[in-house]
Amino acid sequence: MNYKMMGRFNALILTIEAVFMLPALVICIVCGDTAGINGFIAGIAAAVGIACILAVFSRNAKPDFFAKEGLICVGTSWILLSFVGALPFFFSKYIPNFIDALFEIVSGFTTTGASILIDVEAMSKGMLYWRSFSHWLGGMGVLVFLLAIVPVSGKSEGYTMHILRAESPGPDVGKLVPKMRQTALILYSVYIVLTVLDFLFLIAGGMPVFDAVCTSFGTAGTGGFGVKSDSMASYSSYIQTVTAVFMLLFGVNFSCYYLILLKRIKSVFKDEELRFYFGVVFVSVVLITINIYGIYETLGESLHHSFFQVSSIITTTGFVTADFVNWPVFSRTLLLVLMFIGACAGSTGGGMKCARVLLIIKTIKRNINQVLHPKKVQTIRINGKTVDEKIISNTNAYLAVYMVILILSVILISFDGFSIETNLSAVLSCFNNIGPGLDVVGPMSNFAGYSVLSKCVLIFDMLAGRLEIFPVLVLFNRHAWKRQG
Amino acid sequence: MKIIIAGNGKVGQTLAKLLSAEGYDLTIIDSQPSVLQSSLEKFDVMAFQGNCASMETLLSAGVKNTDLLIATTGTDELNLLCCMTARAMNPKIHTIARIRDPEYAKQAYIMKDAFGLSLAFNPEKQAAKEIERLIKYPGFLKIDSFAKGRVEIVELKIEEGSKLCNVPLKDMNGIVKCKVLVCAVLRNRKVIAPDGNFELKAGDKIYVTAPTDALSDLLKNLGIVTHKIKDVMIAGGGMVSYYLACLLEKSKINVRIIDSDYGRCIKLSEQLPKASIIHGDASNQQVLESEGINEADALVTLTGNDELNMIISLYGSNCGIPLTVTKLTNFENSNIIDSLPIGSVISPHRLCCNTIVRYVRTMRNQTGAAVTIHSIADGQAEAIEFLVDKNTLNCGIPLKKNKLRKNILIVCITRGDVTEMPDGDSTFNEGDSVVIVSSGDNVILQLNDIFE
Repeated sequence: MNYKMMGRFNALILTIEAVFMLPALVICIVCGDTAGINGFIAGIAAAVGIACILAVFSRNAKPDFFAKEGLICVGTSWILLSFVGALPFFFSKYIPNFIDALFEIVSGFTTTGASILIDVEAMSKGMLYWRSFSHWLGGMGVLVFLLAIVPVSGKSEGYTMHILRAESPGPDVGKLVPKMRQTALILYSVYIVLTVLDFLFLIAGGMPVFDAVCTSFGTAGTGGFGVKSDSMASYSSYIQTVTAVFMLLFGVNFSCYYLILLKRIKSVFKDEELRFYFGVVFVSVVLITINIYGIYETLGESLHHSFFQVSSIITTTGFVTADFVNWPVFSRTLLLVLMFIGACAGSTGGGMKCARVLLIIKTIKRNINQVLHPKKVQTIRINGKTVDEKIISNTNAYLAVYMVILILSVILISFDGFSIETNLSAVLSCFNNIGPGLDVVGPMSNFAGYSVLSKCVLIFDMLAGRLEIFPVLVLFNRHAWKRQG
Repeated sequence: MKIIIAGNGKVGQTLAKLLSAEGYDLTIIDSQPSVLQSSLEKFDVMAFQGNCASMETLLSAGVKNTDLLIATTGTDELNLLCCMTARAMNPKIHTIARIRDPEYAKQAYIMKDAFGLSLAFNPEKQAAKEIERLIKYPGFLKIDSFAKGRVEIVELKIEEGSKLCNVPLKDMNGIVKCKVLVCAVLRNRKVIAPDGNFELKAGDKIYVTAPTDALSDLLKNLGIVTHKIKDVMIAGGGMVSYYLACLLEKSKINVRIIDSDYGRCIKLSEQLPKASIIHGDASNQQVLESEGINEADALVTLTGNDELNMIISLYGSNCGIPLTVTKLTNFENSNIIDSLPIGSVISPHRLCCNTIVRYVRTMRNQTGAAVTIHSIADGQAEAIEFLVDKNTLNCGIPLKKNKLRKNILIVCITRGDVTEMPDGDSTFNEGDSVVIVSSGDNVILQLNDIFE
């Protein structure tokens, strides 16, 4: 283990976090929010202080950096990021309980959007901004941001691959261009351009500037923190439609946008994952629209709500326009399934990812075939290319670990005495980084009712879900921390 | 600049390492996913799996806006086909292909035109040339030439009891009685840029710059007996052996090649009528003894197996053979090698990678590019030759007035036929050829990079 190199990385991450807290501090100063100012000054001081200690500790680090260091580095930096990020809430006394504050910021960074706040509107603007901004930063990944701004040098320059792989979602993460830094820059440029577009469309619909900024951050990171207790319900249907469309766009694999920039639009349309994603969205919208037709007066209205909700859930954003707890069981079940599927690989969304679901479906097909024709040699193809067996077995392993964590989490939080539907949807919602669940944790309520233990379990689920389990799980392996081997 | 490397073997990986360190956009193509994976984790590159001569693979690797394609797969035909396809898809691309088969090597110049290659390289032939030079100048572990062969940088090992032991460098010229300059010292695998008060110790490897005509004086005055080599024994009958035997035959040196493959022996005896080809196991001491290893002046081990080469060389130097040359492909920079008496170490892929890096640098900046590059001191330092042209800074100003970057040493200036070891009063003039040694991490792409 190269602890010093990891120390240097974490110091850089905290410095970035401190810099990003500054706009929130400015907002607090402009609004004259003394508690907020205290909170952010404490947060910035803590970030800078820890970063300095780490920087001194790691001043003569050797540049050896391998897969293990990459994975652990991603895990530790997210945890550190969350702890420091929670300080403004805690020290400003807006969220007096530290576990609650941690839950809130982890929910932000992991782009979950699940909240323990009973009254969102009681928060000051600076706090709301920091909450929404954490979505934006966590959406594309803070380490990818680091890769984009810090030039890579040293002997083992390939190590950046491990970081990209650990932080970016999907079964098979690759670069867009040969240089890692260029790749990270392209990803962030696409991300920024799309966010600005979303913001402009929202402004055009007459949304207040502050609301538009926060909403576009929440949409871009597919997070789901709103600035109002009823999420998106009180905005005009134009704003809701814009948000629904942009949520869908942020759920698309970002390499598709790069291909569009390269004018290779044909290969984008042929992309199997993208077709699967839009296929699932289309079918779900149609089914739910028919199912909820009775609740809303016109077909148009039920189509609108169904489209918004499907887009919000499959991209794991979690904005709501309607309290879907009151929808028929079939619609709610369908939404649960969508929570599980999630967005495309390489997007800002969470969940299992369409690419993995597609792979699993194809593997199942193959295994059934294998039973009928034991000697048949079959390869699995995606986009016409053979998928490496290693990726397939990794995907199967991922599914297995996913299920184990899901079941354990549901058991652990069941002590609090809520219904099975509540618990299952709460875990699914946190693990897949969505936000609202069903029943007690439904869109119009929150997670405040859970005990401290349950909140810790859910915090773990959110982090594990965002980082795709393994970077978080390796932290619990004692071999990972040994100096040798 | 965008570069595609087709073939991720030993040459491909060494190239990836050297070129990615210089900051080019690299894409690697290979048919084996496992080797690509390890390269992805070591270097900042992009990788594609597939047949490098197929349009589809080349297209996905982005051949259309690539500046250079280097084909180094195991097969000559595939390399040529790959370069040809790439040129058809992008007429502006530069192509470099490895052509190693002796039967094609003779016609390499025709193929270069016919396939539009910018460069055809042959690691085995290059290695053979290098070994030939070592055989011509026994006593040096390695010889790199500059300024069209007028200046050489030679590698010498300071043995216990050598005249140079415990001598400060400023007194060295008095001992060797000719003007030479020690430009780098390798001690305990660390490179040191020495000054005049630096004392040499036994076990150091030193890199000495000298005019070519001073080399024999240097050897004589150091007390290294130059025994003219007349009889060379080669273990292993691969392609390097063939090229080497051809070269040595021209210099009227007796060659014996031992190979354990009968078919290969027959083929060699057809191709090399003057050499004696022996069918036998070179790792067997009896075979070596009965073929007269004790009478040989030089032993060159060129089998395909590094470990075997080392063992045979050890045995040879144990028998008291004055010169041993060992071909190593995997362990060239390893700690253990230094302590073993296996003589000079040659690594064919390293040699040709230097050639390619030089070509790439020339492509990147058309003027002021390096003329020659050799990596010395286990690859920890680079000796680079430049031509002084009108764009060079500080022309005509004495060197002591210019501030050079750290770890840069100007080792010689060749003006016309005269080579001088520079001192503070020397100047650069247009048309000079300058050799510098850089032992730091600086990337020196043109001569002006040496100034602060």
